[in-house]
Amino acid sequence: MIRARAIEKRFGRGPVLRDVSFDVERGGTLVVTGPNGSGKTTLMRIVAGLVAPSRGNLEVGVDRSKLGFLSHEPLVYRELTAVENLDLFGRLYRVPERRERIGMLLERFGLWEVRNERVSTYSRGMTQRLALCRTLLHESELLVLDEPFSALDEAGAALLDRELEELVGKRTLVLTTHDPARVERYTTSKLALA
Amino acid sequence: MSYVSDVTALASKDLKVELRARDTLPAMLLFVLSTLVVFRFALPSDTQDDAAYGLLWVAIVFTALLGLSRAWVPEQEHGVLDALVLAPCDRSAIWLGKTLATLLFLLAAQVVALPAFALFFAPLDATAIAGVLLADIGICVVGSLLAAMAAASRARELLLPLLVLPLSIPLVIGGVGAAVSADGERFLLFLALYDAVFAVLSWASFEYVVTE
Repeated sequence: MIRARAIEKRFGRGPVLRDVSFDVERGGTLVVTGPNGSGKTTLMRIVAGLVAPSRGNLEVGVDRSKLGFLSHEPLVYRELTAVENLDLFGRLYRVPERRERIGMLLERFGLWEVRNERVSTYSRGMTQRLALCRTLLHESELLVLDEPFSALDEAGAALLDRELEELVGKRTLVLTTHDPARVERYTTSKLALA
Repeated sequence: MSYVSDVTALASKDLKVELRARDTLPAMLLFVLSTLVVFRFALPSDTQDDAAYGLLWVAIVFTALLGLSRAWVPEQEHGVLDALVLAPCDRSAIWLGKTLATLLFLLAAQVVALPAFALFFAPLDATAIAGVLLADIGICVVGSLLAAMAAASRARELLLPLLVLPLSIPLVIGGVGAAVSADGERFLLFLALYDAVFAVLSWASFEYVVTE
């Protein structure tokens, strides 16, 4: 599904990533770890196609319609409600039976009661849950998740654990985390950035 | 049809965001009105109409700049532009949706500005109003693209006027010409041509502005 060879990324003078190579099989889960500033987010953005590598070769076996991307930032409009945000992206992704899918996700992630409130009134954790709903809204074959557990409380993290366990094997996952033990049971390959 | 539906979804989202945040339109309305009021008292009472039309264009261009400087702010907050770029829609739909929304804000500002101008300075005939409308389209077409470019920069407040103002000069020439010239239709034709050329260029190049 993903084949990366000698990826390098420079912003200005210094390289953020240097000589990064990895493969991820279809249905596999790659967990990327590393200290702050090691280039995890940059690597996720490269895999998602938002940033081009300065050097190296990257092949991703899906087009962007089949890619779900969870960023450090929630990528939702603050002035829209949860339903309005998901409806907009559902329309852009041509999600079939959009309203039912949105309702099911909001219920599953505990946002049903606040579905008609603006995102600007949400806590960080609620916004992260909505970001997860946006990422999972369409049927993606590849999920690129940058620190998906950040800002989630225990209940939210447990919810995400269940969600990821359901997806393991059916979707290809690339995720970064500071807590690799949490995702150890479904990790198929690891990449440690220095 | 799906392209039209994407553009509609994106433009109506911008209108919804503005109706709630009220960040852009009230500022544009206040700016254009206060500019016209200041000009009214700053100019001698025997100022010729031709000079007044020039001032109208100063007000229009800077009001448009104000709107354009806010155009991509909702996308910058929470990094939403990344999500739009990743969506499988044609990326030019993002530009067209933003252009339509910005144009609506500018038109709304002019619903107030043009009668105020006619009250303070000189009447506007149909050719002059058509010139304003065509120039609005041109400013928004070019401005939405340039605002997206500037939004990626740290010095966006400085960069946007530097990019937009030189490209607005033909629009000002056409707009003033349509208002004061005896042959105003020629200037309208010039404005329509400008709009068409820059609409095609902006539509085709937006993808390269938002992707690396």
